[in-house]
Amino acid sequence: MTALSDQMKAGLDAPICLTWELTYACNLQCVHCLSSSGIRDKRELTTIQAEAVIDQLQEMQVFYVNIGGGEPTIRPDFWHLVDYSVSHGVGVKFSTNGSRIDAEVARDLATMDYVDVQISIDGADAATNDAVRGEGSFDTAVTAMAHLHEAGFGEFKISVVMTRHNIPQLDQFAALADRFGAQLRLTRLRPSGRGADSWNELHATNAQQIELYNWLVERPDVLTGDSFFHLSALGDPLPGLNLCGAGRVVCLVDPVGDVYACPFVLHEDFRAGNVCDAGGFASIWRESSLFAELREPQSAGACSSCGQFDACQGGCMAAKFFTGLPLDGPDPECVTGHGQALLQSAGPLPTSDADHSRPMSVSLGARR
Amino acid sequence: MSHDHNRMTSTGFDADLAYRLHPKVAIRPEPFGALAYHYDNRRLNFLRAPELVALVESIGDHPSVREAFQASGIDSRRWPSFEKALRSLAESELLIPA
Repeated sequence: MTALSDQMKAGLDAPICLTWELTYACNLQCVHCLSSSGIRDKRELTTIQAEAVIDQLQEMQVFYVNIGGGEPTIRPDFWHLVDYSVSHGVGVKFSTNGSRIDAEVARDLATMDYVDVQISIDGADAATNDAVRGEGSFDTAVTAMAHLHEAGFGEFKISVVMTRHNIPQLDQFAALADRFGAQLRLTRLRPSGRGADSWNELHATNAQQIELYNWLVERPDVLTGDSFFHLSALGDPLPGLNLCGAGRVVCLVDPVGDVYACPFVLHEDFRAGNVCDAGGFASIWRESSLFAELREPQSAGACSSCGQFDACQGGCMAAKFFTGLPLDGPDPECVTGHGQALLQSAGPLPTSDADHSRPMSVSLGARR
Repeated sequence: MSHDHNRMTSTGFDADLAYRLHPKVAIRPEPFGALAYHYDNRRLNFLRAPELVALVESIGDHPSVREAFQASGIDSRRWPSFEKALRSLAESELLIPA
């Protein structure tokens, strides 16, 4: 372990970046949505409240925010908030399903400094993608990519959550990114939000995890948001920090201003406060007891006898939490199989009180 | 618009030349030193010593990296490791030839 990762574990004066979900409203209803988005929450931050958050981020010198949702572009003040943020020195990378990126928007985006765009897909063809994200969503996303490419935006990101059904398509995703001059970003499926309901069916098999690890080792240019550090137990560490950054280097602000330890733990147990509380975001980041606890040295628990712990760090806190596993033990997708064994006897699964799914949730497989 | 040079370019770093901080780089103090972020290519770097932070912030005031070192008061035994850090900053274009 390097001194740097020790520093990261003890927490920074401000997050390196934070994820800010602007709205729970979404025109899609993806089966693995981390934030169980669908319907707008009446308590969502107003424009003025959102500007105040940006002012705070500027003061704390947060370099950039990852804006997501829901579908953030649905907010009528979305472009205003993007402008406000970049003009206050806080860069923006926003995630979108592409439904609002027409030719004109793409041309506008291409003229903007400090703004990066991430288009989400979860399959390299319509059949694989639409089974997770809904009918027509693949064509919508690819059309948006074509607009960005034609507008000369440059290297936008194509973001893919890795599933059992799309890991066989890794090379196709890379080819798609090349076709549009985009950069590929692969992240891990978490059993968070609606992902809890689809995780059993969608998460990678162990053989696929090995395939993915080997592919990533060959492709250091592919971004991962450090989300596969549990795979570092398979050999050399993957590029990145290789640790859980929750409350240490990252956190999440949800549409109503609640601050959570990371984007994958929208649950009251990991809620540190609200940006509208006295002291705002800065005092939550610096003083919340939850974050202080996360920055303490974490017990390896059941993993302490495993020789791989230094490499994998016990894996992802959110993945353990939402599969009912103890936090000081193996990840459910532990590459040595320790987690899988525990899943049989896992405790009751936690449910989140922040579910904004539409009443008629689409069940996985209904569209296959 | 410059979203298109994300990948590392191998610029030959030369300590006899003058360098300056890229105008779109921001430096944020941290207990271990500082974080440096490049808004154009979105690369994040860790400046892992307060002396390195001071060196990087003043590098543009000197006609060469070597002279920046001499003026810095940093123990010359530490120069090689600091030079390695500067080379890496130049490779990710946080430092550019002046």
